[in-house]
Amino acid sequence: MDKMPKWADVVLIPLISLILAAALSALVILGIGEDPVAAVKMMVSGALGSTYGWGYTLYYATNFMFTGLAVAVAFHARMFNIGGEGQAMLGGLGVAIMCLYVPWPHWTLALIGASGLAALFGAAWAAIPAWLQAKRGSHIVITTIMFNFIASAVLNYVLVNLLRPVGSMDPATARFPEAVHLPTLHELLAPIGIGFSKAAPANVSLLVAVIACVLVWLLIWRTRLGYEIRAYGHSETGALYAGISPVRITMIAMLISGGLAGMMAINNVMGEAERLVLNATEGAGFIGIAVALMGRSHPFGVFLAAILFGFLYQGGAELALWTSIPRELIVVIQALVILFTGALDNMVRMPLEKLFLSLRKGRA
Amino acid sequence: MDFLTLIQVLDSTVRLSTPLLLACLAGLFSERAGIFDIGLEGKMLMAAFFSAAVAAVTGSVWLGLLAGIASSMVLAGLHGLASITFRGNQLISGVAINFLAAGMTVLIAQDWFRQGGRTPSLIGGGRFGGLEFPGAIGPADAEASGRPVSELIGEANVLQQIYSDLISGHSILVYAAFLAVPATWWVLFRTRFGLRLRAVGENPAAVDTAGVSVVGLRYAAIAICGLLCGIAGAYLATALQAGFVKDMTAGRGYIALAALIFAKWRPWHAMWACLLFGFLQAVALRYQNIDVGGVVIPVQVMDALPYILTVVILAGFVGKAIPPRAGGEPYVKER
Repeated sequence: MDKMPKWADVVLIPLISLILAAALSALVILGIGEDPVAAVKMMVSGALGSTYGWGYTLYYATNFMFTGLAVAVAFHARMFNIGGEGQAMLGGLGVAIMCLYVPWPHWTLALIGASGLAALFGAAWAAIPAWLQAKRGSHIVITTIMFNFIASAVLNYVLVNLLRPVGSMDPATARFPEAVHLPTLHELLAPIGIGFSKAAPANVSLLVAVIACVLVWLLIWRTRLGYEIRAYGHSETGALYAGISPVRITMIAMLISGGLAGMMAINNVMGEAERLVLNATEGAGFIGIAVALMGRSHPFGVFLAAILFGFLYQGGAELALWTSIPRELIVVIQALVILFTGALDNMVRMPLEKLFLSLRKGRA
Repeated sequence: MDFLTLIQVLDSTVRLSTPLLLACLAGLFSERAGIFDIGLEGKMLMAAFFSAAVAAVTGSVWLGLLAGIASSMVLAGLHGLASITFRGNQLISGVAINFLAAGMTVLIAQDWFRQGGRTPSLIGGGRFGGLEFPGAIGPADAEASGRPVSELIGEANVLQQIYSDLISGHSILVYAAFLAVPATWWVLFRTRFGLRLRAVGENPAAVDTAGVSVVGLRYAAIAICGLLCGIAGAYLATALQAGFVKDMTAGRGYIALAALIFAKWRPWHAMWACLLFGFLQAVALRYQNIDVGGVVIPVQVMDALPYILTVVILAGFVGKAIPPRAGGEPYVKER
């Protein structure tokens, strides 16, 4: 017997957790002597009040969709992939190599090629921790954390010593050629008569991210492999009894997860910066954790949570620009969301379950 | 490389190992009791900020230390609430704590000091100074002779160089950290509390059956963890450097975690692991690229080496690292 109806699990608990996180964030804003209502108003107008704001919100959301899906897929196999950051860094390297060394005739082909190598690099970076987990039982959380640091050292080395153009002091690659420029939302929407801000970085990768959400949904709930991943996540012994190989599922789930995290690079490296810089990921790999937790590991939930975090990021940037509230407010909000929707989940869940049980008893 | 350079590198090894060692022992207590803690980084960062902030305001480094420890223990309590009382995911709780510290420290620093998320530089009584051992060459001798300390030490004999540069002259927290190693060993392996603490990380049900509170023991372990992380953070901001800057822990909490695994959750090994990782940091700080017989080792290899070594150890190629058996599992009393 379920302790509570499904809608409560899917909607009510995340909502209450979110309200708790928002309330505490408001207290934090009050604590540093600012007005929370004015802050929220500024965030809304800054992030959603113009196509410029929307362009940034959707740009950030695209990043978070990829990393959120990455964490979510691993969660379904009951693995915690903290390595999204490192996998996305390596994905950036893949994008840079494809864009710099292949003479692409058209951006569509370049996008396919770059996505492929980005996913491959991201998956490869996840493959070693996955293999160590599957074969040697090394805890994947620890190994993926370590691989984040190793990735940043690798990237640092490659940018400083190998890919940096001659004579440049900046640890970054050369600018990508014009042919691989991804159309922004402005360029996509102009032909059909919709005006969209020219300056905003949201680009065609957003569509790729949405397609990725749909594909992950199909994979997890409509394929045999997805069923096996979920079965393994629910009960390892049960899955083993059903003839599902733990090694195979661990590897496949982590490869998909790493590939998705790596593909984030088509947005931030290829779409926005158009060159690979140091620390291009800007913590998006970690935000994927919050996004996946809030979205309950469901692709549609991830989609919504990614847009929420995109809003928070753009709104937070506006706040930092116009008020004395530093950008780190967003990091605090992110921490509170992870805390309430992830770690303190039971704090909300236990009283609610009791409530629903007593309601049900009252009816019976 | 001459002998004096070696001594100097070892000297900075000791300084850089200290925060790692304190955080590593903190993690040791927590993980031996069955509570995974990837929030070492956040607790250190929070303590670094509050110790520097209070030391800057009051001018007393000891009050700063107390404030740092208190702030770290508050975060430890939050981790306990999430992972012991509400039986949440300990790893997710640790991630949340790291972000909370990263954000809150800058937010509060900006609100209090308005210096772009840092505290004012600490001077005089706001910092932990070095302890001069009797007979060692220190600032007092330098003042008397009117020449810099390094010059005086350079002229001294080998034993005096080791004594003055490597052993003497560190802050009191450095000595405390290294004394904490035998203390940790003694508490864990020679006291009843330690036995129970280790048992609760291996088989909490057995401890419960014996009539000892699993929850109480785990909270005690987490409190010790908070205390040690607090000292580690305070050392960073008030002894190693003079004040707090944004993200000043710079991954040290994770290196400590790596050292803990490298040491396979044992106190003495933890010390050697932290010294090794501290040495790597000291070398990376001093030399950019190292030329070993014609092969140039880039500085990035030094940066990544602690993590690579830990992965190798975790992979079990060089002796398997087996964590406490009940680690990461919330304890549910059978009903």
